[in-house]
Amino acid sequence: MGALLDIDRLAVALPGPRGPLPILHDVSLTVGEGELVGIAGESGCGKSMTAQTLLGLLPPGAKVTGSARFDGTELLTLDRKGWQKVRGAGIAMVFQDPTAALHPMLTVGRQLTEHMRVHLGVDRKAARRRAVDLLDQVRIPDPERALEAYPHQFSGGMRQRVAIASALAAQPRLLIADEPTTALDVTVQAGILALLDRLRRDTGLAVAFITHDLGVLSALTARSYVFYAGRVVESGPTGQLLTKPEHPYTAALLGARPHGGQTGVALTPIPGSPPAPGELPPGCAFSPRCAHVRDECRTAVPPLHPAGPGRAAACVIRPELEVAA
Amino acid sequence: MTEVSTKQDPGAAVTAAPGPRPRRRRPMLTYLAKRLVITVGLLLGVTVLTFGLVQVVPGDPVTANLSDQALNDPAAVAAFRAKWGLDQPVHLQYLHYLGNLLTGDLGISQQTGRSVAEDLLQYVPATMELAIPTMLLALLLGTGIGMLAAVRNGRLTDQVIRVGALLGLSTPPFWLSLVVLYLFFFQLGLSPSGGRLSPGFTPPDTVTGMYTVDAALAGQWDLAWDAAQHLVLPVLVLTCLTVAILVRFVRSSMLEVLQQDYIKAAYAKGLPTGLVLRRHLLRAGLVPVITVSGLAFASLLSGTVLVENIFGWPGLGQYAYRSASALDLPAILGASLFVALVYTLVNLTVDLLYGLIDPRIRIQ
Repeated sequence: MGALLDIDRLAVALPGPRGPLPILHDVSLTVGEGELVGIAGESGCGKSMTAQTLLGLLPPGAKVTGSARFDGTELLTLDRKGWQKVRGAGIAMVFQDPTAALHPMLTVGRQLTEHMRVHLGVDRKAARRRAVDLLDQVRIPDPERALEAYPHQFSGGMRQRVAIASALAAQPRLLIADEPTTALDVTVQAGILALLDRLRRDTGLAVAFITHDLGVLSALTARSYVFYAGRVVESGPTGQLLTKPEHPYTAALLGARPHGGQTGVALTPIPGSPPAPGELPPGCAFSPRCAHVRDECRTAVPPLHPAGPGRAAACVIRPELEVAA
Repeated sequence: MTEVSTKQDPGAAVTAAPGPRPRRRRPMLTYLAKRLVITVGLLLGVTVLTFGLVQVVPGDPVTANLSDQALNDPAAVAAFRAKWGLDQPVHLQYLHYLGNLLTGDLGISQQTGRSVAEDLLQYVPATMELAIPTMLLALLLGTGIGMLAAVRNGRLTDQVIRVGALLGLSTPPFWLSLVVLYLFFFQLGLSPSGGRLSPGFTPPDTVTGMYTVDAALAGQWDLAWDAAQHLVLPVLVLTCLTVAILVRFVRSSMLEVLQQDYIKAAYAKGLPTGLVLRRHLLRAGLVPVITVSGLAFASLLSGTVLVENIFGWPGLGQYAYRSASALDLPAILGASLFVALVYTLVNLTVDLLYGLIDPRIRIQ
């Protein structure tokens, strides 16, 4: 049996003013049953676009090639009915900003139970009971009362808990969490992360955790993928990825990260900014910003090649990378 | 495990502002009382303004109302002035009017010779009989069509709807009135030519003043049917215009909502499209539309001079128009006060509806 989610050479292009704009290139990625996988990269690198592809929420006119199989079913050829079955009950999503992702004019109870009733076919009473259970699981105090409340009556962290409860309501097997803690206070973040990990352990839920924060990955995930300009540039066990990166971009990201508690260690910003889609340089997309760049990097896109057990990196030179730790 | 949030006071999670209980027990009553005070001030302002304007405009009620023969008779002119208080200084005229107004007396119309209150009771229901079905139809059609355009954004359906709305907006209602009259009355003979009832029918006993309703209440079904037939064409014309206004607002409002994460989230939950549109999109998208609908309704209730004129509909628009051309001050003031009252009431309703639809702006 293969992985729960198996993405193979996925490419996505969005319609642009001057022809299709390639957003994702040749993305291959797997998430196993009950696995917590990290997906990291800067804003605009294609992380969220991958998530939207997996839920069939791409804007109209998007061109998608490759394959994305969920539990053996090819997602990319699903019709509307097929998508409705997968969404919520197979793959669920937690959005970055819980305030924006919860409907401001519907009660929490309504938002927790409506898809439960569609997917699980339960009646109003059973749905309510399950909603109370879910709110209890995500540690919302006084769940009965919370069901009657509106999202604006909760704090940001509480809202994200409600959103997570809602994502879990129809018993999905894979949860895509798209930067679920970015909009929250650091103290609240930790609680949400612990919650996701607990859910994974208790229910066997697989989680694809999208973030730009490498620190979060190390605390949470066993395996990670690093995205740059719509491409996977490095993948492998999170611990190794963060201590001994194989791709200069991963190393640069680590160097640009604040070192918790330590003072006097200068941050190293990455020069330049990520290329916009449609304006990729020839060759390696990171080459204009790379400290180790060579001539060959500027001509051909380096393929992802094995770099040790379970690891892969898309860099031709494999320099000895220093990680400031 | 860092479960920060569980340390909070459980009550804090579900109440917006934990803390001392608000002093006012009846926020709704306080709110309505405030609005009432504002309304009274506003109506007072309307009387001052209308009074002032009538003094400023060139023209004299005397020349507007008396025949040429009477105008040549200084005694007749003086009698007219004395009868209507026009020989008094303006500020005294105004105070006199206000004094009467406080007792509910709107004065006597120089045109009809009846009390303005009586006139309004006759003309206003006629206008309401047009405005209410027009608004209901327009809301239904405007919301449906506007939503369809938003969902089909950029596609052929949307293009057609947008062109249609633009046409509806740029078509003069009086022209459209003439066209539908020509077509349905003159060519096809399907509808009456105008007025509220066919010759031979007498108006039903007044309950609401709306003939269709009153006839139905009295069980006079043939009368109700005849009155309803007279409604069709003017309501059609007014609906066209109102729908065109609403469609544009509904469309842009819904487009904005469609961009929101919570709509994406609703789809991501695997809800059927129909449910997402009805429950998630409609509710959020209608909030800004309420204001426009309120204004459109208030404008309909204030009467529509040209359409009423063409269909021979004795509504408020005609009354106001005739009073204005005769400089019939009590009638003008009465109509103005009514219109001002309509707008304040509609605005109040709009504000209350906002609170009803959007829990975030409920009065705490």
